[in-house]
Amino acid sequence: MKVIDPHIHMSARTTDDYEAMAAAGVVAVIEPAFWLGQPRTNVGSFIDYYSSLIGWERFRAAQFGIAHYCTIGLNSKEANNEALAEEVMDILPRFLTKEGVVAVGEIGYDEQSPLEDKYFRAQLDLARELEMLVMIHTPHRDKKKGTARSMDVALEHGLEPGRVVIDHNNEETVREVLDRGFWAAFTIYPKTKMGNERMVEVVRQYGSERIIVDSSADWGVSDPMAVPKVANLMAQRGIAEHDIHMSCYQNALDAYGQSGQFNESDWLTPAAIDQRTLFEGNSVLRGQAPRVDEDEPAKDVAVG
Amino acid sequence: MSSQQDKYLELLRNWLARQLDEAARAWFDEQLAKAGGADRDLYLAIGLAPRKLGKADLELKPDDLVAADAARPGWNPAGWSVDQAARVALLLTAARDEGGFPGKLEQLCNTADVRELIAFYQGLPLYPNQKVYVARAGEGARTNMKAVFEAVAHRNPYPAENFDEHTWNQLVLKAVFVGSSLNAIHDFDRRRNEDLARTLVDYAHERWAASRVITPELWRAVGPFIDESMLGDMKRVAESDNPTERQAAILALCECGMPGAKALINLSPEILSEVEAGRVSWETVAGEVEKP
Repeated sequence: MKVIDPHIHMSARTTDDYEAMAAAGVVAVIEPAFWLGQPRTNVGSFIDYYSSLIGWERFRAAQFGIAHYCTIGLNSKEANNEALAEEVMDILPRFLTKEGVVAVGEIGYDEQSPLEDKYFRAQLDLARELEMLVMIHTPHRDKKKGTARSMDVALEHGLEPGRVVIDHNNEETVREVLDRGFWAAFTIYPKTKMGNERMVEVVRQYGSERIIVDSSADWGVSDPMAVPKVANLMAQRGIAEHDIHMSCYQNALDAYGQSGQFNESDWLTPAAIDQRTLFEGNSVLRGQAPRVDEDEPAKDVAVG
Repeated sequence: MSSQQDKYLELLRNWLARQLDEAARAWFDEQLAKAGGADRDLYLAIGLAPRKLGKADLELKPDDLVAADAARPGWNPAGWSVDQAARVALLLTAARDEGGFPGKLEQLCNTADVRELIAFYQGLPLYPNQKVYVARAGEGARTNMKAVFEAVAHRNPYPAENFDEHTWNQLVLKAVFVGSSLNAIHDFDRRRNEDLARTLVDYAHERWAASRVITPELWRAVGPFIDESMLGDMKRVAESDNPTERQAAILALCECGMPGAKALINLSPEILSEVEAGRVSWETVAGEVEKP
């Protein structure tokens, strides 16, 4: 079974994860820009981070046959540092247009502070100007109100619901998100919040229309295998194949495909060799072992 | 801007005009008109180029390649894409401000995605004041992303013309390390040198010690500098199970005038006659290496 993980922070993960994900059927991932646990102190750190998402991480993923995309944005936590946030806003337009950037994100609220509100709105305007999709991070605390407010503000700034993904939903928020026409993404957390079993029940109850499953795996306790695991669990629990396919693959493709940067052909029918980009990827799709096993190129390369 | 950059820009615009539809052409002309102005306009235009113009191959006729090489010896846009040509055209427009351009290019490179880096590095031979970009080109040659490395190393006259011997040798070593063709490196033969040959022979010893394969192209750098101490190595290659390696050995040996070399060549008269007939050359060796 092919699955997409449309929210995972691969920079924080190892090559073992990439190998396991590829083996479990993950064909594409979206890595939203977020905070790094440690607050950044200058705009250069953001520049290098964004560059790494559009450059090195993309290349790294391709070596394992996984197509890597990202979203670029100023996360809510770091929006609270106003001086830095201003500088980040200046450089954002330069990154939003890069290859493989599928949306502005993840943006939204954490503490729902006035500064978070200011930069959330500024980035929604930027998304409108550049005709981009938006990935919204909903707050973990005061979630229900924060989610409703996120949608209100997105509409106020002229975004169409069908071009906005609301992430980190739970049983309390999903109904309103779907009713208002937004995409509803669910993050699977291994220990807390939304777990595998609950996800299965959400799909049983709400079906699969506009519902998206992701792992949001990062440097914390999290599971990069969450999407394939949920897909398997759904199958075991008798969820229809169609609903598994929609929630673990097709909806992510339909939502982010609107960007023009996220195409199934990227991983299904890759150009045999694109001399210009020549990513090492798709070896898994060609039925070969991952590149790393062949001749340890990474070690050789490091010497040069 | 000098008339040189005008000439390159004119060629790029003509090629693009043939291929772009009306809406794309209008967008592109509008961006070109703005590209010498505010940084934000330039950065956005360069970023948006593939989204607005697509990523198709740039369709070039043989005459176009002749015109490119005539305008700038060594310039080889075969294999360029539409967005790449547009990005370089935008850069050439911004380069009208010769003093400010190197700083802008540096900014663009520092925040570039892979496709942009490829375009910026392939554009190197076209920018004004060529020597200014040696450090930037060296940065491209250090990348771990093979496609970006090859944008500097392959079909690009910039390194051969501007790199000092040390930087040049590192470029060649890196190409060998990452499995990039040496044949696609512009002016490779002219920049061969003894230090490079010795380093590559040392590298060959390391690989043999680890029972790993060596690209037959490596011996192309060694040929003119074969001395007594290397004859044993050449004998090993000339007796390889791999026919392409045997050809490479004979090609390399033919380039040195040592009597000992002659004896080794004479052990493979059939390869020598193929070489003399032009059916075996460094190009055919490279072709064999490229085969999957």
